Amino acid sequence: MACFLVSAAEAIAVKATEKRVESAEQNEKQAEDIVVKKIPFSRKLHWLSNLLFGGSALLAFEHIWHGEVVPWFPFLTAMSDVADRAEMFHEMATVGVGMAALVTVTWGIMCVVADSIVKREPATVSKEEE
Amino acid sequence: MTLLITVFAAVIATVKWYNRSDDTMKLGTLCFLYWGASLMWLVDAIFEYAELGAAYFSPELADMLNDTFLGLSVVALGLVIWLVVLLVKDPKGSVRSALQKQNH
Repeated sequence: MACFLVSAAEAIAVKATEKRVESAEQNEKQAEDIVVKKIPFSRKLHWLSNLLFGGSALLAFEHIWHGEVVPWFPFLTAMSDVADRAEMFHEMATVGVGMAALVTVTWGIMCVVADSIVKREPATVSKEEE
Repeated sequence: MTLLITVFAAVIATVKWYNRSDDTMKLGTLCFLYWGASLMWLVDAIFEYAELGAAYFSPELADMLNDTFLGLSVVALGLVIWLVVLLVKDPKGSVRSALQKQNH
């Protein structure tokens, strides 16, 4: 009904955090002038915001397809009826939060894997060439 | 069906991203779009499965057809969003050079 709104709200919060972290990292880099061999946190946040914004956009389209989102006020068809509204909030609290949580957990795993890949020694000669 | 089509699109986009020679095609954007939607639809599918049980895997033909059209439309929308991002960010400078050429 409106489950994508939870992910969309998280995406906006993550984007705002990303901008703040990015400017802090740039200031830090200028002050210290050192080359750090790790993925900046702002870049990782950018991945999360892309996942959340991308998913929310495509899910919003699905809701338009099913007639749950309309181009006129109040934009959500479930908002016009009290019973539908309660069902919508229940769906947001269960499915919506579940979606945002799964995307965030997946992103966390992705960050851990990406850090370990960056720390790994670069393979200069492939196995076939050996 | 929508989930399945989006997962296939995500896998294809990721393979293309892995085989890229440079980052000028912004394929990462496409990967994030499809993977984000796939993860979200996966949660939707889990909740639906919890509600319907085994009936979830035997949908009506009309529902399946509608979901297939939706899946293909979602893939098309994803491609359009990616194309807009690519043209606006213009990493190769192709749009910029084309516009400058037209001005002269």
